Amino acid sequence: MSKYYQPEVETMSVEDIKALQSEKLVKQVKHVYENVKYYRDLMDEKGVTPDDIKSIDDLYKLPFLTKADLRDAYPYGLLGTDLKNCVRIQSTSGTTGRRVVAFYTQKDVDLWEECCARAIVAAGGTNGDVCQVAYGYGLFTGGPGLNGGSHKVGCLTLPMSSGNTERQIQFMQDLHSTIICCTPSYAAYIGETLKEMGLTPDDIDLKAGIFGAEPWTEEMRRDIEKSLGIKAYDIYGLTETSGPGVSFECEEQTGMHINEDHFLAEIIDPETGEVLPEGSKGELVFTSLDKEAFPLLRYRTRDICVLSRKKCSCGRTFIKMSKPMGRSDDMMIIRGVNVFPSQIETVLIKEGYSSNYLIEVDREHNTDTLDIYVELTPEQFSDTVKGISAREKSLAGAIKIMLGINPKVHLVAPKTITRSEGKAVRVVDKRKLHD
Amino acid sequence: MAVKQISVFIQNKKGRLAKVSRLLADNNIYIRALSIADTQDFGILRLICEDVENVNSVLKEAGYLTTITDVLVAAVKDDAGALAIIAEALRDADVSIEYVYELATVDNIVYLVVRVDDNKVAAAALAGAGIKTVGEDVIFKL
Repeated sequence: MSKYYQPEVETMSVEDIKALQSEKLVKQVKHVYENVKYYRDLMDEKGVTPDDIKSIDDLYKLPFLTKADLRDAYPYGLLGTDLKNCVRIQSTSGTTGRRVVAFYTQKDVDLWEECCARAIVAAGGTNGDVCQVAYGYGLFTGGPGLNGGSHKVGCLTLPMSSGNTERQIQFMQDLHSTIICCTPSYAAYIGETLKEMGLTPDDIDLKAGIFGAEPWTEEMRRDIEKSLGIKAYDIYGLTETSGPGVSFECEEQTGMHINEDHFLAEIIDPETGEVLPEGSKGELVFTSLDKEAFPLLRYRTRDICVLSRKKCSCGRTFIKMSKPMGRSDDMMIIRGVNVFPSQIETVLIKEGYSSNYLIEVDREHNTDTLDIYVELTPEQFSDTVKGISAREKSLAGAIKIMLGINPKVHLVAPKTITRSEGKAVRVVDKRKLHD
Repeated sequence: MAVKQISVFIQNKKGRLAKVSRLLADNNIYIRALSIADTQDFGILRLICEDVENVNSVLKEAGYLTTITDVLVAAVKDDAGALAIIAEALRDADVSIEYVYELATVDNIVYLVVRVDDNKVAAAALAGAGIKTVGEDVIFKL
């Protein structure tokens, strides 16, 4: 098998990629203008018509889409085709306000899975491999995306989903898994469990791992590689654009190749919206080029990164993006789940707590921890530990319903959370995920 | 015949008990009895003092979370089994005990603070078992 899944596109000349993108962009803009009233209104407001978009050089003329637009248009407002033509939805984990629901036609699913297949082949995958998918399955895009990609490559696919780590390792041993796909923190946890079980990387056959859906560091990569005896590859994506596989790493491990035949990337200044030249650090913006059901033009990811067209030793010509270096909003990714402080605040206020709170995110044993400190009000104080613990538990439950992950709630005395002058510091992220 | 108890929320951190007890001392507040419940994060300091309203305002002014609760004080002979007879009487009346602590032992009588959900039912159950409950008029003269 080739070292590329689709060599004809993955190694095409930059001129050809740009020509292909221009051709597809014209069609995609027309498709959106004709079918998505929400975006047509945005274009009309800006005085742009599909005729103004003749090539990728005209991209800057189009209006941006943000997560707020997705929220406004929820659930069907950005749909580009009749629901009858759709076969799937996937969703982000946020349950209120910020939820994103993406729709797919069968063609959309196929192209998405092809993107994931490219990532698997770039990690050395062939039809002789056994690919263990330990991303969550369900609405989350991780499991379904890599599962589909693995099928496309022809790997023997183990749809494990996440959790039950000892069983994961048992399967790994019994069925000789060679590739593992999961979040980097779960990979690190599997590595630790392997050791606890008295096993070494020599006892398993893994050679590669494809890890994404949350930020991770180079240091973490080396740890995972050592503990599992593999080469660890990064993969990037977001539900809005399909899921994992928007970009993927090759053996050079110096950034992720963007699947440019399907996604057109730009870097902008998050403050002004101005397009920045290649090599600048700024906010990553994606335009879908082939989407039928959920086409997004100039979608602002809020991820801060750098694009580079430097020649890659792997032979792929697709532009590379750096690992996201931060966010241009206050979103955190905790255990693979997108979390906004405002979601937590909404629950606190609804449950009758003060809006003076502190969110502390850390990583213990490679698993993210979420601690929320909230001040008790006089009415909420009772003289029994049972009473206060019950409050903590009930508040944690309400937050879990909102976020989909379990926090640890600590009720504290009034005025113990530091009041800041000016902009309140609500979040302390101790994970040091960005250099 | 209930007694007022004041409870104070304190963070489970070094020096917090010293701070609140210094505040009480500086205001000439005499602590007749106390108990502390603690968890990893916080503690609840429960106090029996005279003039609980004054104590409450001193603590509140200093920014503490407080709550005043009616508790029972049971007086039984200071023998082995003193707690057992109280606990059994309440169990038999289907009353759950939140917590118990000792207030004082004077003249071979032990005075126990008992916190239950329903003081009336509990006091009746104790009376039925021949256990006396006493009020503030008694405990502050011990």
